[in-house]
Amino acid sequence: MEIKKIFDNMEYGPAPESPAPALDWLKMHRGKFRLFINGKWQLPAAKKYFNSENPSDKSHLARLAEAGSKDVDKAVNAARKALPGWQETSPHERAKMLYAIARQIQKHARLFAVLESMDNGKPIRETRDIDIPLVVRHFYHHAGWAQLRDTELKDFKEIGVVGQIIPWNFPMLMLSWKVAPALAMGNTVVLKPAEYTSLTALLFAEVCEQAGLPPGVLNVLTGSGKTGALIVNHPGIDKIAFTGSTEVGRIIRKATAGTGKKISLELGGKSPFIVFEDADLDSAVEGLVDAIWFNMGQVCCAGSRLLVQESIAEKFYAKVKARMEKLRIGNALDKSIDIGAIVAPVQLHTIDELVKTGEAEGNRCWQPSTPCPPEGYFYPPTLFTDVPPSATIAQEEIFGPVLVAMSFRTHTEAVKLANNTRYGLAASIWTENINLALDIAPQVKAGTVWINCSNIFDAASGFGGYRESGFGREGGLEGLYEYVKPRVEENLSDKAFSLPKTKVKKDDLPQAVRPEIDRTAKLYIGGKQSRPDGGYSMDVHSLSGIRLGEVSKGNRKDIRNAVEAAHADSKWAAMTGHARAQVMYYLAENLAVRKNEFANRLALMLDTGIPAAMTEVEAAISRIYTYAALADKYDGRVHHTTFRNLTLAMPEALGVMGISCPDEWPLLGFVSTVMPAIAMGNRVVVIPSEKSPFSATDFYQVIETSDVPAGTLNIVTGNKEELATVLARHDDVDGIWYFGTAAGSKNVEMLSAANMKRSWVNYGNFRDWLKPEQGEGELFLRKATQIKNIWIPYGE
Amino acid sequence: MTTDTNLKTGHKRNEGMAFDPDFFADIRVNRSAVERRTATLGTRRSVKKQWQAAWLLKAVSCIDLTSLSGDDTPGNVMRLCAKARQPVRNDLLQNLGMAGTGLHTGAVCVYHNLIPTAVKVLEGTSIPVAAVSTGFPAGQISMEQKIKQIELSVAAGASEIDIVISRPKVLTGDWAGLYEEVKAYRQACGEAHMKTILATGELATLTQVAKASRVCMMAGADFIKTSTGMEQVNATLPVSLVMVRAIRDYYETTGFRVGFKPAGGIRQAKQALMWLILMEEELGTDWLKPDLFRFGASGLLGDIERQLEHFVTGRYSASYRHPMS
Repeated sequence: MEIKKIFDNMEYGPAPESPAPALDWLKMHRGKFRLFINGKWQLPAAKKYFNSENPSDKSHLARLAEAGSKDVDKAVNAARKALPGWQETSPHERAKMLYAIARQIQKHARLFAVLESMDNGKPIRETRDIDIPLVVRHFYHHAGWAQLRDTELKDFKEIGVVGQIIPWNFPMLMLSWKVAPALAMGNTVVLKPAEYTSLTALLFAEVCEQAGLPPGVLNVLTGSGKTGALIVNHPGIDKIAFTGSTEVGRIIRKATAGTGKKISLELGGKSPFIVFEDADLDSAVEGLVDAIWFNMGQVCCAGSRLLVQESIAEKFYAKVKARMEKLRIGNALDKSIDIGAIVAPVQLHTIDELVKTGEAEGNRCWQPSTPCPPEGYFYPPTLFTDVPPSATIAQEEIFGPVLVAMSFRTHTEAVKLANNTRYGLAASIWTENINLALDIAPQVKAGTVWINCSNIFDAASGFGGYRESGFGREGGLEGLYEYVKPRVEENLSDKAFSLPKTKVKKDDLPQAVRPEIDRTAKLYIGGKQSRPDGGYSMDVHSLSGIRLGEVSKGNRKDIRNAVEAAHADSKWAAMTGHARAQVMYYLAENLAVRKNEFANRLALMLDTGIPAAMTEVEAAISRIYTYAALADKYDGRVHHTTFRNLTLAMPEALGVMGISCPDEWPLLGFVSTVMPAIAMGNRVVVIPSEKSPFSATDFYQVIETSDVPAGTLNIVTGNKEELATVLARHDDVDGIWYFGTAAGSKNVEMLSAANMKRSWVNYGNFRDWLKPEQGEGELFLRKATQIKNIWIPYGE
Repeated sequence: MTTDTNLKTGHKRNEGMAFDPDFFADIRVNRSAVERRTATLGTRRSVKKQWQAAWLLKAVSCIDLTSLSGDDTPGNVMRLCAKARQPVRNDLLQNLGMAGTGLHTGAVCVYHNLIPTAVKVLEGTSIPVAAVSTGFPAGQISMEQKIKQIELSVAAGASEIDIVISRPKVLTGDWAGLYEEVKAYRQACGEAHMKTILATGELATLTQVAKASRVCMMAGADFIKTSTGMEQVNATLPVSLVMVRAIRDYYETTGFRVGFKPAGGIRQAKQALMWLILMEEELGTDWLKPDLFRFGASGLLGDIERQLEHFVTGRYSASYRHPMS
């Protein structure tokens, strides 16, 4: 075009980044790649290959090997074989290795960026300025953690062989989020990149070779979901880390249930982007561009639901539309575009179908006049306004450049709408009022809350979901826990620990067996003793079979009522740590008053002598003290992330938890599991020891005299497995702890998949609850909480 | 309604509006968010090859070629004006297909005493002479003197007046006072166009910049301008973004297009492109013309000339190859 003409119309023109270096790299490999196993490039056993294409222009990029079961075996074996050597490598050596990898990526940064852009369709600006710099930062950050491994995490050891399955939306970034912490902590890895976007993972394998990573420490298997399933189900894998859809996450949860494989899942989202009337609206519009049009909206934490205060809604929509008109769509390698190509036709189809559904349901759809290039898989930025929460597009994750907007009237309503979703990955809050921002942030159910910003990431901060967005964190200290296990768990036993047994004659039984006046052990729900819904009781015997009385036989309706009562309790979670501690000390005080009574009961139920029973009571009192003490001391962190930004990592209570207590320690087991949960602000529904439930039912009176709010602590006696099943299946229960059999553990994990509640089970292994190192500590608090990272940029 | 005679453009000249605190009182600007936006302006857009050449030529046409020194004499101002008439070497223009287009800078900007010289040298061209006024740069003189200064400069032939606002009025929140002040300047300007210098480096916060921008436009500013070039901090992208968003807001409210002039510290061609991108992205192509956009710069032109020669020859250029001003 003539310069004179451009001078008059001031068009941008094309600004292509050259694909040549990336094409040369592909050519060097003759457009065909093998599997990276045990430090060598190996042919796939079944000799199967699939194609990789460039979504910007549908051009062919490469042939990739499809890893089958033999290849997965080989990779897992290689990782297993490499494990001892890698474990014994000193932290400093591992740190140097991660540092070298970071350096090596940095040296080839542009090649990574171009290749990623061609493979995925995302704008070169994003891979060049965001993805790859974050990848490098992630490896540097974790080189640091590798160095500090034995000092900062001395009570933990590596998990072993880790299977990692990453998505196509951030191929390299998700690789770094998985590989860096795994290697830093001393694990070995079998990595499967997404089938649409494997190229940079293969380049990464080369980089690791160059950096001198020992063979087998990292293995890269290309392939489809089938390959992923083979990794998930492989018995030689100790942990699965997965990022992808909630649907697949659920399959993984079920597939690994009961196996003891640790899993971390980073799944879907429908994250709210909340704009209050006092926000800097122009900046909020720009935040929205980052939220939903970053990476074509193919972002799990995309701000895909715009919630805007009704007073400014129309004005804001007008601004959004004006901004959308300025978005440029085009080939991912063009340096002047905002929106590149959708990764693959199947995704384009999904987006299109959901938009059509949105229109068919009568929602107002708007798209800018900008045309999409015809040669690739493109989708225009799309806005739906005045969408009711009941619309399909307001509930389903679209994973495309489609924004769904609705208005709210009050702050309370904003929170309600924000939380009206099964997901809980992220949220963005826009207001110039810090009081409002910090009031809303804790109320939103999301693992990441961005105040006056969106889609900002850093290696020092954890990232992960609430609810069906998955569990586990990636990044920062909180992310490391996904790649280590407590050393103390190695000492758990497959046999139950118990108090020493002594023979007790019937005539010697304490008074408590046959009280002067009949006592009925009821259920304890919503601060009241209540009769079981079914109207049945069950007999309680001592371990040696002496009939001691009855407890109520709770059923699913009692569990339902207890969960509702727990939700109805708004007091406990709102109390300060100090106030909760006061109540817990009071519990200990009132338990101490009844020490003898509790010891007598324990002696009866467990066929043990009073002194031994007293040991358990004393330990229980001490344990309550421990958690009362910790109630105001389990602090969060302030992460060192980006410039002029406070990133607050706050441990938040899970919400309503179900707890199935260990059978063998009627009082201590109850206290050891319930107290950490409530210390953190959870409300609990407890299934006490089935065999020996009286310590828990006796505990009602301790609760009733200790200022515990109604609904904080609910106790339902009955059949352990049956009640645990109801709790695990309950969609309004946020977390579940199960201490029992291996089969029961599997059951709980399997059923928890439905709403992705956080589960913690013992796989039939037993703790010695008398020992503080096994029976108490920070681990319990960590399991009772999840980290929310709140990003607060500052500066006026 | 007055029409724009000086700049021969179609748009209506800003008539201002009645003082209305509702128009600016609730404005809040989030600095971090603004900085994030400006940090990616130049990474989201890129102009290359002939597009870059055309955009740089556009930048040339928007430069207020400026000399504001104590040692300015008729001699060097004459050279300045000559450069304004012929900012880019003719052979380069020919190679760029721009010969005969009459490319010249947006204006020449001088102190009051040099107006007659500039007017004389530029006679017969359409290049306006701009004069800085109202106690430039600090503005710490009496209101009477300020008005008088404008009147004298207009009488001397300046068709554009770059006034400075009283920063104390912003810092003490005397918005009505600022409005009255700027309105009086505008009246004194008459047909001459008024560029209102906010001296943003002395306004403390971006929110103040946003408010001051609106008040000045309400009072009838034809342009709002970032800086005198003499403050500690002069034109920055964040400040500019806040000001152009205010211009957009004002346009959407009143229908009047107000121009924008960043000044001070813009020395490189690459920086100039960033500002052009800013204007294109936030306000649109209408604002990419000298009637609505100016650079206040003295050193910028030299760098652009070298870049243009590089485009033509493929070789990196040297500054001595281009006629100085």
